[in-house]
Amino acid sequence: MTPGSNRSAGLLFALSVCLVGVAAMGDRSGAAEQAAGTVADTSRIVSIGGDVTEILYALHAAPKIVAVDTTSTFPGKALKEKKSVGYMRALSTEGVLSTNPTVIIAAADAGPPEVVSALKSSSVPYVEVPDVPTPEGIAEKIRLVAAALGAEEEAKALARDVARDFNALADQRRSITKPVRALFVLSVQNGRAMVAGSGTAADAIFALAGAENAAAQINGYKPLADEAAVELAPDVIVAMQNPVPGNEPRKMLELPLFRSTPAAVNKRLIEMDGNYLLNFGPRAGQAARDLMQALYPTLSRSAKGSGQ
Amino acid sequence: MSAAIPAATLSVAIGERRRRGRNVITASAILLAAMAVLSLSVGATGVSLDVLPGVIADLLAGSGTDTARERLILLEIRLPRTLLAMFVGTALAVSGAMMQGLFRNPLADPGVIGVSAGAALAAVCVIALGHGIAAPVVSLFGIYAVPIAAFLGGMAATMVLVGITARHGHISVGTLLLAGIAIAALAQSLLGLIAFASDDRALRDLTLWTLGSLAGASWTKVLAVAPFGVLIVLLVPRLVRGLNGFLFGEAEAFHLGVEVEKTKRLVVVATAACVGAAVAVAGIIGFLGIVVPHFVRLLTGPDHAYVLPASALLGAALALGADIAARIVVAPAELPLGIVMAIIGAPIFLHLVLKRGIGGLG
Repeated sequence: MTPGSNRSAGLLFALSVCLVGVAAMGDRSGAAEQAAGTVADTSRIVSIGGDVTEILYALHAAPKIVAVDTTSTFPGKALKEKKSVGYMRALSTEGVLSTNPTVIIAAADAGPPEVVSALKSSSVPYVEVPDVPTPEGIAEKIRLVAAALGAEEEAKALARDVARDFNALADQRRSITKPVRALFVLSVQNGRAMVAGSGTAADAIFALAGAENAAAQINGYKPLADEAAVELAPDVIVAMQNPVPGNEPRKMLELPLFRSTPAAVNKRLIEMDGNYLLNFGPRAGQAARDLMQALYPTLSRSAKGSGQ
Repeated sequence: MSAAIPAATLSVAIGERRRRGRNVITASAILLAAMAVLSLSVGATGVSLDVLPGVIADLLAGSGTDTARERLILLEIRLPRTLLAMFVGTALAVSGAMMQGLFRNPLADPGVIGVSAGAALAAVCVIALGHGIAAPVVSLFGIYAVPIAAFLGGMAATMVLVGITARHGHISVGTLLLAGIAIAALAQSLLGLIAFASDDRALRDLTLWTLGSLAGASWTKVLAVAPFGVLIVLLVPRLVRGLNGFLFGEAEAFHLGVEVEKTKRLVVVATAACVGAAVAVAGIIGFLGIVVPHFVRLLTGPDHAYVLPASALLGAALALGADIAARIVVAPAELPLGIVMAIIGAPIFLHLVLKRGIGGLG
């Protein structure tokens, strides 16, 4: 490059360094106040995350909730009777604070990070609830939310119910002799299927329901190549309910990529509510049980968990 | 300022045009001031500006636990957000005006020299790989990893572009434009590749980032972009004469005594720095950079002595207006700024273009 462009490059570099320097000086941790214990005032709760809202309702804390995020689809009345602070990954600092919360209880997934950091540094206690898709993870979520509320008694009952669901499930799982190969199809676009590989919530619920994930060698949610579908040879396809006409899950079995799979030949498609199945709240045990019963219709129905 | 205008652009109606240019700048400044006050006064919480004296008094007295919430909302949320919106609007509009002038192409937007594409690619890399191989970077810079990556990515793309198009001390404007398109396409395809490899969480963030937002405004970000604001104020007035020369073509500009190479280089550097900083703090915000300069040209004519300052003021005002709407329409939730910008601006622009043509370019 010429001397002139070298100078330009130098100027650019200097400016870059300047920006990096200022930004790096900035607050990194956001003064995260991890409220692990009881929050003094829980009269106005903002609940962010479908699982968090579900736990709050299950702990009878619904009257204290002032706002929820748009992923809080269960119970169905939550989004109707509470204000919505928008999608959990696209929150607004002033929006959340405008509901005058005395505590914010949020899934670890909440974002954007700058807003979460600003909320954490505000005077409102911020309780972060990690999301681990296992029975232990759910117990931990319940424990954290209950600790914030000071609702240990209700939490014990809820945790007991949840544990009972999972124990019953584990008993039933032991009676499975030949696990079926199931494939979770998130969506179909232009005849191409997006499937759930390992490391997804669908993979975790399959394990609980005693199914083998046919797409286990894939990591995360990925579009599936046509020939790979034949290779995976799923016995059952599991999909989320979709009431949109023309895009119903049952149409999947007619797709060329699935037509020759055992699932399509035997017309085995299970449709379930996506949030119920995947959000790993207190109903995860029941969801896994429902899935197991759909996967193994001949299995004994005796050991039912606490129904709802 | 009149001495900086080449004689050839001075039409018979010099006085008329000069008066109109000044009126447009004055009107834009008034609009901007109004928008800035509005931006500080409205929001989801209903805290309004009349509590400001109390907040400042408490701040100076060092007390003020009773106005802590108002202080947080006015001084820690709305004020940095207002300043950032103004910077982003100004940076994109001025860059758009400079790019359209340099390339003499009404379709040129601030991203044409590859800066947006490079910034997007780097930001998306950090978002998608933040839990994997990029984790050390993310843990080092925390919530600023994405803005820093975006800025450096934008700079890198532009440096590559200038590097490959500069031959014998000469940057060919035509080659720059085409190579910019090629680099943007390459970045886009790499972006697609990363999106393919991302998990659903990263995909959601990626999508939200490309829609643009000022929700993460903070004083740190304001400080980080402040030098670029100073850069615009200092550098841009010096480019007026050169850009006016380019209106006639590169060769003509040379014969008019414009230092064409220096002008090109400064314009590219200023644009890359400003757009890089704007994208870093707000994500991708389209439309503004291409539309505001056109709108201004319809009002003032093509003289950059008026186009550049009016674009700066009007760009800031439009960004503020769009951000106010983004904040309050679905409160306490928030709309992506990029979407609001297009919804507000596109119909107005279409109306103007159909009615008046594209003033002065193309």
